[in-house]
Amino acid sequence: MTSKSKTPAQTPLLEVRNLQTGFKIDKQYYNAVEGVSFTIDRKQIVGIVGESGCGKSVMSLSIMHLLPKGIGKVRGGEILFEGTDIVGYNEKKMNNIRGKDISMIFQEPMTSLNPVFTIGFQIAEVLLNHQDITKSEARAKAVTLLKNVGIPRADQIVNEYPHQLSGGMRQRVMIAMAIACQPKLLIADEPTTALDVTVQAQILDLLKNIQEVNDMSIMLITHDLGVVAEICDVVLVMYAGKIVERATVEDLFEYPQHPYTQLLMEAIPKMEEEKERLATIEGLVPSVKDMPEVGCRFANRCPKAMPECMQITPQLEDTKGGHEVACLLYEESWPREERVGAR
Amino acid sequence: MLKYTLRRVLGMIPMLFLVSVVVFFLAKAMPGDSLSGEIDPTNTNPEYQEEMREKLGYNDPVYMQYYRWVTDFMSGDFGKSTRYKMPVADLIGEKLPNTIFLALTSLLITYVLAFAMGMYSGRKPYTLGDNLIAGFNYAGIAIPSFVAGVFAVYFFAFKLNWFPFAGSVDIEIDKGTIDYWISRIHHVMLPAFVLGMFSTASYTQFLRNDLIENSRKDFVRTALAKGTPMGKIYNVHILRNSIIPLVTFLGFDIAALVGGAIITEKIFTYPGIGLLFLDSVNNRDYPTVMAITMMLSAMVLIGNLIADILYGIVDPRIRLG
Repeated sequence: MTSKSKTPAQTPLLEVRNLQTGFKIDKQYYNAVEGVSFTIDRKQIVGIVGESGCGKSVMSLSIMHLLPKGIGKVRGGEILFEGTDIVGYNEKKMNNIRGKDISMIFQEPMTSLNPVFTIGFQIAEVLLNHQDITKSEARAKAVTLLKNVGIPRADQIVNEYPHQLSGGMRQRVMIAMAIACQPKLLIADEPTTALDVTVQAQILDLLKNIQEVNDMSIMLITHDLGVVAEICDVVLVMYAGKIVERATVEDLFEYPQHPYTQLLMEAIPKMEEEKERLATIEGLVPSVKDMPEVGCRFANRCPKAMPECMQITPQLEDTKGGHEVACLLYEESWPREERVGAR
Repeated sequence: MLKYTLRRVLGMIPMLFLVSVVVFFLAKAMPGDSLSGEIDPTNTNPEYQEEMREKLGYNDPVYMQYYRWVTDFMSGDFGKSTRYKMPVADLIGEKLPNTIFLALTSLLITYVLAFAMGMYSGRKPYTLGDNLIAGFNYAGIAIPSFVAGVFAVYFFAFKLNWFPFAGSVDIEIDKGTIDYWISRIHHVMLPAFVLGMFSTASYTQFLRNDLIENSRKDFVRTALAKGTPMGKIYNVHILRNSIIPLVTFLGFDIAALVGGAIITEKIFTYPGIGLLFLDSVNNRDYPTVMAITMMLSAMVLIGNLIADILYGIVDPRIRLG
């Protein structure tokens, strides 16, 4: 109710509060996303970065209610879309949101399209789901959309099948589908990972362009900091189901604070350095089954780890001017009751 | 597509030639001939039999007999049934409609049941309903049709008197009336069901597994992300993909359409090609046996061709050049 009193301009487009998503393994739930909170404002591009298995995709699937049925489940927290909590929404209510207000594109353009239907059919479907238009109108709109995402010969491609297109073209089709109803939020889950480097840049440009034209927000999930630098406004760094750092893109690249972020930065190849090997982060993300109960989840891989890191769970707190970090190297991250005693 | 079809049809010629050789020599290799089958040897003059063999050309060299048979066959003369004393073509023509009627009914029952059960099982796997359907299907696959047929005749025809136990139509009803067709359908139901039991079971399980597999594909997630309701995703996106492998079965079915069901027709004494075939073998009516075998071989080839062409239609990834 409180949300209704605020005007849409004041409420953030998407606000995730203390989200916990669990997966059932041997009849027991283990959280793959553990208390994640963040907001996405209108017309903002938010990047979410982290290694494989850190919970980025699970988080986005939680928002879309696309977790595998019976296995994955949102176990706590709120997902406020324009001020309304959508966690408890049923299939029918979600179907009204999906594709219309929030849409999503996926990593694998090769398998994300249905192989036995034409491109036109698949784009028209989303329009017919949400708009009161005829099939031929939807078809015509599909052609326009294909043109808008830079597909040549759009009026022919509309009658072709996915296997006749290249990976980059299919991803453009996915984008055309996702933006068909002019959603307010686009979730892009590793949209460029499966593509050639040159095609990657084109797709990112396209996303940026559409975002500007449509006044849309984008939640961009990636493990590629280069992609983040290219188009994002704000970056969230995730590790093992938690956000460890949040900053504007300039801030993050200028002053990475969390040791994990710093290591990720070192792993980016740089033109000016002549290194034989790139830096790597030793070890793996702990699996959801043996996640440490307390302490920093990165501690066992962290070169700067202190004995306290194993016992005290760092909090995500503002260190300076909106740059948030969860690491005991920064006093703000210490829990209040531990701060005086420990220092 | 036309070019492909033509190429495939031309490719059938050497196949049919090989089949004809095998069929002919197998028929020749069988003990006895039409003069030793039905004729009482104690009551017939052996010299007359010998004379007839000479007259019918049974004593000519085998290659000559083959040549004679195959040239006649190609010109449309399938020979004369030694048992029924009429052209084989007419004989087959008389029985074929019954067999096709049986096969079509059986196919219809199979499809309706298999799609209903398969769709249910595929959407709700590992539920009670799915397990019951699976149980029914395992029975359908495990029980041979001659056992199922005998039991069906015993229970549904003799005990419950729901269905007739033999024939294809009541003899006293006039042809062409509505009653005639009702009687035909009444006669065909039980054998059609028994005949279709095995394929119903395999279709159902196949469809179920394919639906489950396809429901985990990425495109399902995409469709959900577009706001498409789950029911529509199953009926359109998933089913459309799961139909593709079923086309293979259809290829076999087309052959079976004409081949009929030898065992089922025998149990229900249903006057179709299968029954004719079995009787012809018993009576050493080789012209009929050979003609039916050739027809079945051709149908297998044609069935496969139709299945391959259908693949191109249902699966856009296989486009025929």
